[in-house]
Amino acid sequence: MRDSDGRVAVTVQRTAGGEPARDAAGIYREVQRSPAFREVRRRYRRFAFPVTVAFLGWYLAYVLAAIAAPETMARPVAGALNVAMVAGLAQFATAFLLTWAYARHARLHRDPAARELRWAVAVKTLQGDARSQRRAITAGPARDARAVRGPGELR
Amino acid sequence: MTGAHQGLAPALFTAFVLTALAIAAWAGRQRRGSTEEFYAGGRLFSPLENGFAIAGDYLSAASFLGISGLIALYGYDGMLYSVGFLVAWLVVLFLVAELVRNCGRFTLADVLAARLRERPVRIAAGFSSLTVSVLYLVAQMVGAGSLVALLLGGTGDRARGWTVVVVGALMVVYVTLGGMRATTWIQIVKAVLLMGGTVVLTVLVLVRFHGDVSALLTTAADRSGQGRAFLAPGLRYGHDLTSRLDFISLGLALVLGTAGLPHILARFSTVPTARAARRSVIWAIALIGGFYLMTIVLGFGAAAVLGSDAVRASSPAGNTAVPLLALDLGGGAGSTGGTILFAVVAAVAFATILAVVAGVTLASSASVAHDLCATLGRRTGRARRGPRGEVAVARAAAAGTGAVAIGLGLLAQNLNVAFLVGLAFAVAASANLPVLLYSLFWGRFTTRGAVWSVVGGLLPALALVVLSPVVSGSPDALFPGLDFRLFPLENPGLVSVPLGFLAGWLGTVTSPEPADAAGHAEAEVRSLTGAGAA
Repeated sequence: MRDSDGRVAVTVQRTAGGEPARDAAGIYREVQRSPAFREVRRRYRRFAFPVTVAFLGWYLAYVLAAIAAPETMARPVAGALNVAMVAGLAQFATAFLLTWAYARHARLHRDPAARELRWAVAVKTLQGDARSQRRAITAGPARDARAVRGPGELR
Repeated sequence: MTGAHQGLAPALFTAFVLTALAIAAWAGRQRRGSTEEFYAGGRLFSPLENGFAIAGDYLSAASFLGISGLIALYGYDGMLYSVGFLVAWLVVLFLVAELVRNCGRFTLADVLAARLRERPVRIAAGFSSLTVSVLYLVAQMVGAGSLVALLLGGTGDRARGWTVVVVGALMVVYVTLGGMRATTWIQIVKAVLLMGGTVVLTVLVLVRFHGDVSALLTTAADRSGQGRAFLAPGLRYGHDLTSRLDFISLGLALVLGTAGLPHILARFSTVPTARAARRSVIWAIALIGGFYLMTIVLGFGAAAVLGSDAVRASSPAGNTAVPLLALDLGGGAGSTGGTILFAVVAAVAFATILAVVAGVTLASSASVAHDLCATLGRRTGRARRGPRGEVAVARAAAAGTGAVAIGLGLLAQNLNVAFLVGLAFAVAASANLPVLLYSLFWGRFTTRGAVWSVVGGLLPALALVVLSPVVSGSPDALFPGLDFRLFPLENPGLVSVPLGFLAGWLGTVTSPEPADAAGHAEAEVRSLTGAGAA
């Protein structure tokens, strides 16, 4: 437990009617139900799932276009480049761009909150008794905690 | 080929092997005999090191020689490989790398066992991972044999056979001595060599055309004998419906298979945190993407400088396009520059194969010792051997799988390397990826679903290959005299990947036992936060 000076509490709340968490399994279930964890999970999935569907769709469209519309793909664009070559190079460009976007999203919106939850689980596991479950667990600098609350905010 | 070529390339190659063995001895010197050390190299590699190692593990000889050769022969249609192999890494980065680092230890089965009943999932996942690894190993062995025949002037089946045996034996010794630490270092060295060689060749191609890419493509189209059709889709995969479907099937296997390759999953255990795993994949994507962009330049460059007919005359599959291009760019046959560049490219290609064989052998030894033996041995009443015992089993398993791969490599010498790699990707995408994704993201997933998913992807993939034109019923088949072909496509991915997903869903909804909510909670919290990670 750290001093709350300059730090903001992340509270992992017990759900109503939940059994007292004495073992690791109980702690994990409790964390899984906590708003802080659900926020981390929501942020991860809201970025990763739609973007995965999008780039797989874009890749399949590229593959299907080559066999469904070869004439369109063979149309010249500039110099020796045709639509197919440009689309292929665009696949490379989107792969690099999405890699950068994912890394940025994870760094800004997920890493700080995940670090706090990891700390919370570690503390709870070490305490290992039910009495302290209602106490707030404080960790991490204030700006990290703010990142847990304000979804979508950029710095 | 003159005698000078044949002397320099083996000399460089021998130097690489000796360096590699020295690294293994150095890495093995400080080993502690723990499983953590043998499978994960102590988990303390930096993201940059692991990024190079991932690139080293992933970029096989099929990438270096095969893709450039296909582009030199078929133009645009060859380029689709480059795109598929790169886009696959987005699946790994977004859905797999960090979560696997957080809740896995060494193998795919570790991730599953975090929330499912251990015994059945370990046996199923261990077996499918082993199948993928052995297929991949055979492909690399066959590639090594062909390379020797093509590059070093070794003629006849005896030279190829001996190459397969020597390459296999060397890498078994290497993995047994050095474990993951030595294997990671050989990947790093190889990745640096491969990237260096590719950059030099690419720069030389661009200099030849004064940096004008349009002139390069126009010359390539002219000298291919196909005109502008060379730069458009359809030369290889446009003939009929079957070949088009085959192409989609291959494309699906390539993009989904990477995330299920056991030796790629094992790489995430060598870094300390999920953040390091993510950063190492970002490094790997930068290296791999840059590499595949350069293979496109090399492929069109080979068509433009040599002409497609010259490439085809040297090797019908196009595997010698890059070495021949190096010879020409260095000043032509007989010149000192050409000789040196040719020898360097040949040595880099061998280093590539050796490193990939080492990585896959290690992954397969983990499947056998950590998953299969540890689980099956417990039932037969043998006492738990502890980590030291398991490492001893893993060393024996590395030797065993190496021997099996050598044997199959000798049998399969006439199979196409790219096809074997495509098959390994298809099996990985059908048997390993569905169970991994369900386990990471589906709360209701059960043990029965996991086993059905693995079996439901693995068996159709293997069965469809046996019934495909690759095995029988066509002139190029493994058994050209027989005809029991029932499935028209060469690559099973289009059918077997959906079947793997379907079987996993079906097994879960028909499961008599409910999902293990506590296990799922622990796996989910650990995978997203890194709590309690090994």
